Amino acid sequence: MILTPQDLDAFRISLALAALTTLILLLLGTPLAWWLTRSRWRFKFLLEAVLALPLVLPPTVLGFYLLIALGPHGPIGGLMTALGARPLAFTFSGLVIGSVIYSLPFVVQPLQNAFRAIGQRPLEVAATLRASPLDRFLSVALPLARPGFLTASVLGFAHTLGEFGMVLMVGGNIPGSTQVASIAIYDHVEALEYSQAHWLSGGLLLLSFLMLLAVYAFNRRFTAVQP
Amino acid sequence: MTIEAAFHIQRGDFSLAVELQIPRRGVSALFGPSGCGKTTLLRAIAGLERDPQGYLRVGEELWQDRQRFRPAHRRPLGYVFQEPSLFGHLDVRRNIEYGFKRLPVNGRRVALDRIVDLLGIAHLLERQPHQLSGGEQQRVAIARALAVSPSMLLLDEPLAALDMASKQEILPYLESLHRELEIPVLYVSHSRDEVARLADWLVLLEAGRVLAAGEVGELFTRLDLALAQRPDAESVIEATVAGRDEAFALSLLDFPGGRFRVAGSRLPPGSRIRLQILARDVSLTLERQSKTSILNIFPAIVDALSDAGKAQTTVRLLVGGLPLLSRITRKSAVDLDLKPGRRIYAQIKSVALLS
Amino acid sequence: MQQTLLLSAILLFAMTRVLAGEIRVAVASNFTGPAREIARRFETKSADRVILIFGSTGRHYAQIRHGAPFDLFFAADSERPRRLEQQGLALPGSRFTYALGRLVLWSPRAGLVDARGEVLAQGDFHFLALANPRFAPYGKAAEQVLRRRGLWEGLQGRLVRGENIGQTFHFVTSGNAELGFVAYSQIHTPDGTIGGSWWKVPQSLYDPIEQQAVLLKEGEAPRAFLDYAGSDEARAIIRGFGYATP
Repeated sequence: MILTPQDLDAFRISLALAALTTLILLLLGTPLAWWLTRSRWRFKFLLEAVLALPLVLPPTVLGFYLLIALGPHGPIGGLMTALGARPLAFTFSGLVIGSVIYSLPFVVQPLQNAFRAIGQRPLEVAATLRASPLDRFLSVALPLARPGFLTASVLGFAHTLGEFGMVLMVGGNIPGSTQVASIAIYDHVEALEYSQAHWLSGGLLLLSFLMLLAVYAFNRRFTAVQP
Repeated sequence: MTIEAAFHIQRGDFSLAVELQIPRRGVSALFGPSGCGKTTLLRAIAGLERDPQGYLRVGEELWQDRQRFRPAHRRPLGYVFQEPSLFGHLDVRRNIEYGFKRLPVNGRRVALDRIVDLLGIAHLLERQPHQLSGGEQQRVAIARALAVSPSMLLLDEPLAALDMASKQEILPYLESLHRELEIPVLYVSHSRDEVARLADWLVLLEAGRVLAAGEVGELFTRLDLALAQRPDAESVIEATVAGRDEAFALSLLDFPGGRFRVAGSRLPPGSRIRLQILARDVSLTLERQSKTSILNIFPAIVDALSDAGKAQTTVRLLVGGLPLLSRITRKSAVDLDLKPGRRIYAQIKSVALLS
Repeated sequence: MQQTLLLSAILLFAMTRVLAGEIRVAVASNFTGPAREIARRFETKSADRVILIFGSTGRHYAQIRHGAPFDLFFAADSERPRRLEQQGLALPGSRFTYALGRLVLWSPRAGLVDARGEVLAQGDFHFLALANPRFAPYGKAAEQVLRRRGLWEGLQGRLVRGENIGQTFHFVTSGNAELGFVAYSQIHTPDGTIGGSWWKVPQSLYDPIEQQAVLLKEGEAPRAFLDYAGSDEARAIIRGFGYATP
């Protein structure tokens, strides 16, 4: 095979980044989406607009501002240096933060839609059957929102896997820690190493497709066929 | 032992302002036209609508007032919604067990088997909700509500979303609930027939206000209420099965005003039965008729009269102390010189047996 | 009579505009400053208009191979122009070195970088930025320097790679990398040198960064521009911007 160990590393980092980002977003995004669905706060629309920003923001813009924010003069970087911690730019953790911000709406919106589609009734029913609010959420809302979780996971994962502009700005392209597959492919092209670019791209495509296949097949087994 | 409630709820243009007391026994119906607030009231009692000023006391327990609000999931009641509303992600068995599982073990007073038998759904337990008919789904919903050993059962127009056939299928189950359960039932309906069959106590609502409250027999026959003005106005009388005239296949039904003789199938002796008597099936005579085909003739006293248009009059009678409506022509009322206090005879041409 | 003269003058002027050419020049981004100045001076001497298209050499190369309508190519390295010549996409004999890049190790923080580059061995920093050595000429040079000093292996985990010298520079100015190998032309303009501390890397430590230009399409105007770019006047401008000339 033409792929070098560095290429395989890039693969691994991309997958790890996508998986970790998706996981974090599901954990953060679920309560957030739930609150957004149920809240009657007058200024909710402001928050929703802010959360949707990454949908329209060019990734390079996000990366640009993130780099500044993480830098020693920026709000996050400054805080971290004050606390004596290492800076986050050019680290995998920095990429995770950037990816979480960038893929947030791709996870939160499908979840929000799924929760909204449930409506009031099943939750009221559960309340009359002795279920506390948390219980209702876990035993009724989550199961009924399963299709939303599927969509959110797939979108979040795919979106992070394909990230380029943001990672370019914030990652520093360090092989073994921040060089993701999309950047590695780009570099191969820049260095006129076309066959390696082919292999890496093809491999990424195949792997992504297999993962999607697995997820949808798994979901099919657990979904009753609705008339 | 009563349920005391007071609610003031504003929803857009609609406002509900009620204060009422409901007996803690039997079936109490919240009755009125669409949009009168009966569902809102039921939901408020269940804790599904929040009224910061609301007041609800159930027997000895205060469920809400200005300072306190017991949330819905801590109110020991069962609720059946208008549409079946079964959990789509659970099979029938798990639907029924949902609330049951959440009871502390010593709080499980009713056995699931008994409920399943009562509703006749044993053969449906392994199915998915979407595989059931509307009537079956509602029966499961009722079973599910009963499974939480509720101190009170709330039903919000449980038959409204069903077709005629399903309605007829479920009514017997609802009637048996009435007999079998010792807990109070609050039943919301806009159907007079359902109320006639099932209710003991009636709360009449209109435009978010309580018009009247009282026993079913009372309210059906009150001349100041719309119920008595209807062309199909009727009276409801409770009787006890005394026996049977085998020779003529007649059931003998005793009530404070006498004994009914009604054709029909055999009834268990000693059981209570409800009779529905249309006002237009009740005619009046000053003297007791002897050679007549009408079997059921009882002495009565005129209680009140009210004109129903130019040609007709509705007369409220007391038969053995129980109210009975009669609809006659205004001319007859004048010819017979009917006045409150007059002693007359009521001739009842036709009786329908409810349950 | 006067009206006729005026009309002729206008027509003549219009004709020269029509007959005057447009010269399309693809220029490496790092050469933006000097390229603009050279083009400006050229336009004062000639009727032709110069259109500069800035970008990365790699991208320009790919576009030229796919038929992009450039007349001239000013690359950041010598590799790409050489390939174009080999592939018959550039006019033979037109290739020449128009500037020599000079590598500098720079930090916006005064006192961080010493005049001998010892800071590299001391290692008192989190990250060192350089352009990607696999395809960026300044990056290749930086790698050579580090290898010659025996520091390449040891610094691996702390090297952040910019896609081009411009991004590399941004990594350093934003403070995320405390120092980096950038082009001298980035910290020195005709107006002066910007602040911070730097080490002008001796030419002996790296292969010359030859920035070469090549003619893509025959034409009087493009040739004129190419010649001008190699003239003494242009070379003076180029040196003023921090490059060396051969």
